[in-house]
Amino acid sequence: MNLRDPLRDELAQHTIDDKPYWFRLDRRNFLKLFGGGLLVCLTDVPTWAQESGRTFGSHELPKDIAAWLSIAADGRVTVFTGKVEVGQNIRTSLAQQVAEELRVPFDSITMLMGDTDLTPWDMGTFGSRTTPTMGPQLRTMAAAARQMLVEMAARRWNADPATLTAADAKVTGSQTGQSLTYGELTRGEKLMKTVSTNVALTPATDWKIAGTAVPKVNGRDFVTGKHQFPSDIVRPDMMFGKVLRPEGFNATLISLDTTKAEKMPGVTVVHDGNFIAVAAANLSTAEHALSALHATWNVPTQPSNKDLFASFKQSSKTQPEDGGPEHVSGSVPQAMATAAIQLHRQYTVQYIAHAPLEPRAAVAEWANGKLTVWTGTQRPFGVRDELMAAFHIPVEQVRVIQPDMGSGYGGKHTGEAAIEAARLAKATGKPVKIVWTREEEFTWAYFRPAGLIEIGSGANRDGTLVAWEHHNYNSGPAAIATPYSVANQLSQFHPANSPLRQGSYRALAATANNFARESHMDEMAHAVEMDPLEFRMKNLIDPRLRAVFQAAADKFNWGQSKSTPQRGFGIAGGNDKGGYVATCVEIEINPADKKIGIRHVVQAWESGAIVNPDGLRNQVAGAIVQGIGGAMFESIQFANGRILNPHFAQYRVPRFSDAPQIEIVLIDRKDLPSAGAGESGIIGLAPAVGNAIFAATGIRLRNMPMASLDIAPKETASMFQSDHGTTQESLAYESA
Amino acid sequence: MSDFVLKVNGAHLHVSAPAEESLLSVLRDRLNLTGTKYGCGEGQCAACTVLLDGEPARSCLTPVSAAAKANITTVEGLEQDAKLSPVQQAFVDEGAFQCGYCTSGMVLCATALLRETPHPTQEQIVTYMDGNLCRCGTYPRIVAAVQRASQSPAKAGGQ
Ligand code: FES
Ligand code: FES
Repeated sequence: MNLRDPLRDELAQHTIDDKPYWFRLDRRNFLKLFGGGLLVCLTDVPTWAQESGRTFGSHELPKDIAAWLSIAADGRVTVFTGKVEVGQNIRTSLAQQVAEELRVPFDSITMLMGDTDLTPWDMGTFGSRTTPTMGPQLRTMAAAARQMLVEMAARRWNADPATLTAADAKVTGSQTGQSLTYGELTRGEKLMKTVSTNVALTPATDWKIAGTAVPKVNGRDFVTGKHQFPSDIVRPDMMFGKVLRPEGFNATLISLDTTKAEKMPGVTVVHDGNFIAVAAANLSTAEHALSALHATWNVPTQPSNKDLFASFKQSSKTQPEDGGPEHVSGSVPQAMATAAIQLHRQYTVQYIAHAPLEPRAAVAEWANGKLTVWTGTQRPFGVRDELMAAFHIPVEQVRVIQPDMGSGYGGKHTGEAAIEAARLAKATGKPVKIVWTREEEFTWAYFRPAGLIEIGSGANRDGTLVAWEHHNYNSGPAAIATPYSVANQLSQFHPANSPLRQGSYRALAATANNFARESHMDEMAHAVEMDPLEFRMKNLIDPRLRAVFQAAADKFNWGQSKSTPQRGFGIAGGNDKGGYVATCVEIEINPADKKIGIRHVVQAWESGAIVNPDGLRNQVAGAIVQGIGGAMFESIQFANGRILNPHFAQYRVPRFSDAPQIEIVLIDRKDLPSAGAGESGIIGLAPAVGNAIFAATGIRLRNMPMASLDIAPKETASMFQSDHGTTQESLAYESA
Repeated sequence: MSDFVLKVNGAHLHVSAPAEESLLSVLRDRLNLTGTKYGCGEGQCAACTVLLDGEPARSCLTPVSAAAKANITTVEGLEQDAKLSPVQQAFVDEGAFQCGYCTSGMVLCATALLRETPHPTQEQIVTYMDGNLCRCGTYPRIVAAVQRASQSPAKAGGQ
């Protein structure tokens, strides 16, 4: 058995191989700008290669309390973490955990997040890792700080620490009744103590602040417009930048005429390597200058959606062996040969865009040779590395600050806007802001990988699965191994050549693998003539997954009503990254025009001890709504190095009218460590909908998105009918 | 460049900008009123919603010259004497946001809806707000927040 390291998968998926820019290194200017003597040679090793080791390369996490939290003389607690808030609510949930362990009121805590000068190094905010890793890290530091405060009081009073208690930001002597606040004890001094990992943490059953529905900590600032997102940052004398984008991917510049733009007053034009951009005192002038640049490009012939899946299979053969099957037991061919019922099916998912409502944005400023960049990213330290490499500067000369941003969903691991703004700021000597347009975000960011998935399965007549084989081409290995108990099984991810720049997306390939697997489970359930839930339970041992299936089914009254041609019920589930999910959906089909509407979703969720049930519900419901897009209508259309639908008018995302009635059932396992919940809630919806469509119509939809693209222009919609061997009957999606 | 005196949140603000520059850009980039958001610049997301004489408008598609005579309300203008408007308060109470980037546009649209229709049905809310995108998928809570605000004893307009 060769179980993958999920961290390695995540890192592999977020590594975007192509560098956005190579600036020509003008050595003389470089020395002039930064003074002689300090040439630090940066090797071009991708950071994840260092990070993929368990030691995180040179990045040892600090062990002293002072690196993680400080207590001011007035008792205010500041917590430092390199994790970033992107809407997943960790600014609140991490503060709850610190308040709990430190025994201070929640309101006394300020989270200082994602600032590379002030917070400990962090790999990035992805992979649902904040809750399982940063949570315990901060809890450990807070619990150690509490012990330290008790010891400080004991020394002052010459008392036995065991007779003192810490509560409500004070240490109190149980016999003497004397007490000192934390602020009085620290007097604002740093808490200098090295902490070992075995510090006793408060069990979830005793939680008073963690585990409760504390409202989002700075919620008020979002309704008043006070919160400054990365694109809202303003610096004195700031200029606005615009980047000239090539006419297509992999284009080469044939000619460039900048004379007209250079003559415009107050405009700076930069052409450095493959970077062509302008800056001006305001956005209008920058836009005019951009349109005054005359460039001609050579865009090579490139693949389109058509033939995509066949090409994945083809190109996977030329990829270096990726370690073989992920998960093997028994002999699939032998078991398959004797199975009473065998099924072989193909499933596909398209490229989709994250389309965070706030596009990439950055403000960059150079002062005394030091670069400071405010930007929206899930990896401030990763962006710092990118800036160091792009400008050949040492770590002390770059600071990246990440204000809580307009989300990312896995789509903001990179620092393009930061590099662009920094290059223009270097040329103008003033702070420069870059905010990508929606079209830029749809074109020059990166996409969730498309993928082809082939599943073969064999079962006995009594519904026992005996063989399972799962191959994923290009989309990724996340959640590729079946959670069902099958004696003979094999799962394998096959990397392939991607015509588009691709990277991580909420839940990675767990969405694609689970769509294929749970659709296939449904097909097999029908083949063995069993109820889909009963068939799953028959082949499922994992008690946590069983529990969510049961909880969702109970709430939904699964099996109480039979599907009709107008109304279908579907169920699906799965687990990844410590989150367990089961989803029941009810869809309605309009008999006249075959339009599908998702009416009702019940989703059961379990991810260990719940840190904040309100935030968790919000995440799980949001994942369902976002999942509707990929399931039903989101699909990037491309041809010859161009994106054909780079606007919300052409690329449909879920709206109010698409949101069904949603009920969330949370299972709180206080006996289990808390896992992250920002991602895996998205993996149940698509297969449950597909299964409901089948229940109603007898039509099996094996390609995501499942409904025809009723908004996309006609030509692009027809291109989507790719010839990858599976047929997709046309059903339209309608809003509820 | 032309000179304008804009009436924003009750204040008269002097600004010079090309007449065709979007109100969004003028508010954000020239007046530093960054509560109004850019989401698409194409009229498709409503993150940039402002109220012009109480009516919701996509500021990304509104040339500043077209807004010069109107009373412009941005999200910064809803709070009165440090008290949130009923819609703002309802969004906080329902936790009707995740990243919060869509929130100012949502709050302004809901404010306009409740002025027109003080007690909207769920269907009316969905229809009225369908142009407002929330990529975090917080729609059900936003609908609940609008319903909550519609039941608030205070007037929903925030004026
Ligand atoms: S920014 Fe105006 S509608 Fe999207
Ligand atoms: S809360 Fe993130 S876009 Fe609405």
